Amino acid sequence: MRLELIKRSAPAPAMRFLSPLLGLFLALIAGAIMFSALGKAPDRALYAFFIEPISEMWSVHELLIKAAPLILMGAGLCICFQSNNWNIGAEGQMIVGAIFGAALPILLPDVQNFLILPLMLIFGIMGGMLYGFIPALLKAKFKTNEILTSLMLVYVAQMLLDWIVRGPWRNPEGLNFPESRRFHEWARIPEMMPADGRANWGFVIAIVVAIALGVMLAKSLKGFEVKVIGTSPKAAQFAGFDAKKMIFFSFLLAGGCAGLAGIIEVAGATGQLRPTVSPGYGFTAIIVAYLGRLNPIGAIVAGLVLALTYLGGEAAQISLGLSDKIARVFQGLILFFVLACDTLILYKIRLSFGAAQKGAA
Amino acid sequence: MTTNGGGTLLALDGISKYYGSFKANDQINFAIQAGEIHALLGENGAGKSTLVKMLYGSLQPDEGRILWQGKPVHISNPAEARALGVGMVFQHFSLFDALTVAENIALAMPKDQKLSDIAKRLEAVSKEYGLPLKADARIHDLSVGERQRVEIVRCLLQEPKLLILDEPTSVLTPQESEDLFKVLRRLSSEGTAILYISHKLAEVQALCQNATILRHGKVVGECVPAEETPLSLAKMMVGDDIHEIAPRATTSDGAEVILQVSDLTADGLTGFETSLKHINFGVRMGEVAGIAGIAGNGQSELFAVLSGERTSAPDMVKINGEPVGHLSILQRRKKGAMFVSEERLGHAAVPEMSLSDNVVLTRHGLEKDLQTGPFIRHGTAKRLKDKIAQMFDVRKGNDDPTAMSLSGGNLQKFVLGREVMAGAKLVIVNQPTWGVDAGSAAQLRQNLIDLAAAGAAILVISQDLDELFEISDRLATMAEGELSDFVPTSQTNRNEVGLKMTGAFVPAEGASA
Repeated sequence: MRLELIKRSAPAPAMRFLSPLLGLFLALIAGAIMFSALGKAPDRALYAFFIEPISEMWSVHELLIKAAPLILMGAGLCICFQSNNWNIGAEGQMIVGAIFGAALPILLPDVQNFLILPLMLIFGIMGGMLYGFIPALLKAKFKTNEILTSLMLVYVAQMLLDWIVRGPWRNPEGLNFPESRRFHEWARIPEMMPADGRANWGFVIAIVVAIALGVMLAKSLKGFEVKVIGTSPKAAQFAGFDAKKMIFFSFLLAGGCAGLAGIIEVAGATGQLRPTVSPGYGFTAIIVAYLGRLNPIGAIVAGLVLALTYLGGEAAQISLGLSDKIARVFQGLILFFVLACDTLILYKIRLSFGAAQKGAA
Repeated sequence: MTTNGGGTLLALDGISKYYGSFKANDQINFAIQAGEIHALLGENGAGKSTLVKMLYGSLQPDEGRILWQGKPVHISNPAEARALGVGMVFQHFSLFDALTVAENIALAMPKDQKLSDIAKRLEAVSKEYGLPLKADARIHDLSVGERQRVEIVRCLLQEPKLLILDEPTSVLTPQESEDLFKVLRRLSSEGTAILYISHKLAEVQALCQNATILRHGKVVGECVPAEETPLSLAKMMVGDDIHEIAPRATTSDGAEVILQVSDLTADGLTGFETSLKHINFGVRMGEVAGIAGIAGNGQSELFAVLSGERTSAPDMVKINGEPVGHLSILQRRKKGAMFVSEERLGHAAVPEMSLSDNVVLTRHGLEKDLQTGPFIRHGTAKRLKDKIAQMFDVRKGNDDPTAMSLSGGNLQKFVLGREVMAGAKLVIVNQPTWGVDAGSAAQLRQNLIDLAAAGAAILVISQDLDELFEISDRLATMAEGELSDFVPTSQTNRNEVGLKMTGAFVPAEGASA
């Protein structure tokens, strides 16, 4: 007996939009089972994980802080994935963006004026683009698998950050802690509502970028090009669209988004460079892109949902006494169930009892 | 010819197959005797392939029974079909290019046989049936006809009682087809039943003792092909009267040369494909020039280089005397050259996208109102789609369906219409009516002739000799990447062109228009 996947002749269109909701719902059920296996009351645990973190104003602010990089990178990755460019290295592009942007207030601490923050954002974008350019170049020139190169470059970026923070950029007045100089006021992204919480304008930037990318994808010729190259490479060639240029376009775009996310994270929430910039936002952004149906507007909602799992993980640690790794488990469950729902919408499963290929006489 | 009276080998009793609400096969009944050569006739999309896939176990019928030697059988996969004694030669070969003939055949044989034994047996069988093959030759070195031999010998080694051939001559020259028929007649005389699928009427008449005709998934008639005329068979297949192409008597000898190809040489698209070798020709305003040849002899490469999907040295391709070899397909379109590629779905059109989006695919940059700045004006795209549908009689289920939901004929009309609706100086078409129903095919050919009459230069690359003789003013033949000289269609015939398809010509020297 074996299982076979058979393509459905006409997948229900409504299901394509319900699939992520269904996936989330199933992930919650699986989560409830997991909590009860850990000896916690599932209803209380789920409440602590998903509701408590957004029941107070300051924690909603924390949610927005975490959502900003996820939305930015998720939206950029939507363009990459739709054009068949598998950029798995947003995490690395984010780190390099953070380093580039942070260079200004760290190396020139005495330059303090209103120009410094816009310049930092631009430097951050350029850093991410530059780091995205490497796997793009390797793919376009040598047909190297971009999944591998972009992923491996993440580890290079992490090492680079670790070295730079412990070595040349260590705070001279920082008692030898592995941290950079604290950014001066001109180099910080202002908070939106300082009275209620820490959330800064980075979240607004993320929303604006995601909407702009959504409009580009839906309405512009460039967006059309992205979709055609992704769904039908030969037709794209016939249309005169250049798949090689698209490799660079999509990697630079996603890299730029990730770099922006990086500098927003350090100039917003942390205010200095530390040995880690991101708790895996760049990888979680892949889930954001898929949960958002590879649509930048969808990535806004998906980014908020995934940000909640990070907060939930912290809450689980505090009020349930569980490891914050539980956030990772939830993220995995969400991706797993969304992809499973997608598969089952496109295919049906058949039990087949006949033996598989036996060399026939 | 007599049947060998071996009794009914295979009978189908009320076989149906549904795809959603679409009936690909609807209550099919027919029977084959041992030793009989039975034709399954029908247009593309009539349900022939679906039916034989059920006989070979790659699909399961939704209703009805298959009786093998009088007993109901359930064929759940191809291995079971082979075990029963059903052999199948597919239209598209399933061979590994990098392996040898013997290795390819060994893959379909029981595991305990030695490669050297298989090699000996296959050479013996291939010799006996006049299908010469070398066991240690690699597939990628073989011609298409030879590859088909490998497929046939692979079936014969399993000593099938029923051999199914799906459009076997679509890749063969007339001469190769004749050799194939000899083999099939011999197999028939030895008691092997043959189910022969084709839409070529002449060969069915010459070869088959009985025919079952399918239309829209139903059996619409059975006959003895030798007692019918091609016209009466065609009417059974198509169901209504066939449109005659309006002939035209024009000479364009002195007219301006629109497309000039000079000493064009190019590598294959993939490592194993034929490259283009020193090709020279010209196409004049107002004429239809045809290029015949069996698929895989360089036509795809030629189309890619002419369209600009691949580039060449500037002087190798000229449009209106201007070197364009280095220009992209977009830039060539702006010079009035339009292209219709062989594959409709996935090349000339994006299957999942709507027709209006598919208008944008090749009209962007050409139609003024299609864009405002970087943004697409979907309203204009929809209007253009409506105009094409109306001008070229594209029949569609709803207002703006996806490309893949259109039938082959309607999609091809849409694609041709999209390219030529705003006027074209040069139209290059690869396989204009491949997989298109007879009614649409006639309309498409008429469209091409009308375009030429309106002053465009038309180049048609086709495997369908009947089509080329019907519409082209001059004909050349492509074989192994070389192109013969063009000759006026009235001064040549099918046999001559068939011979050239095998490469029996001296390639053109120097430029010739």
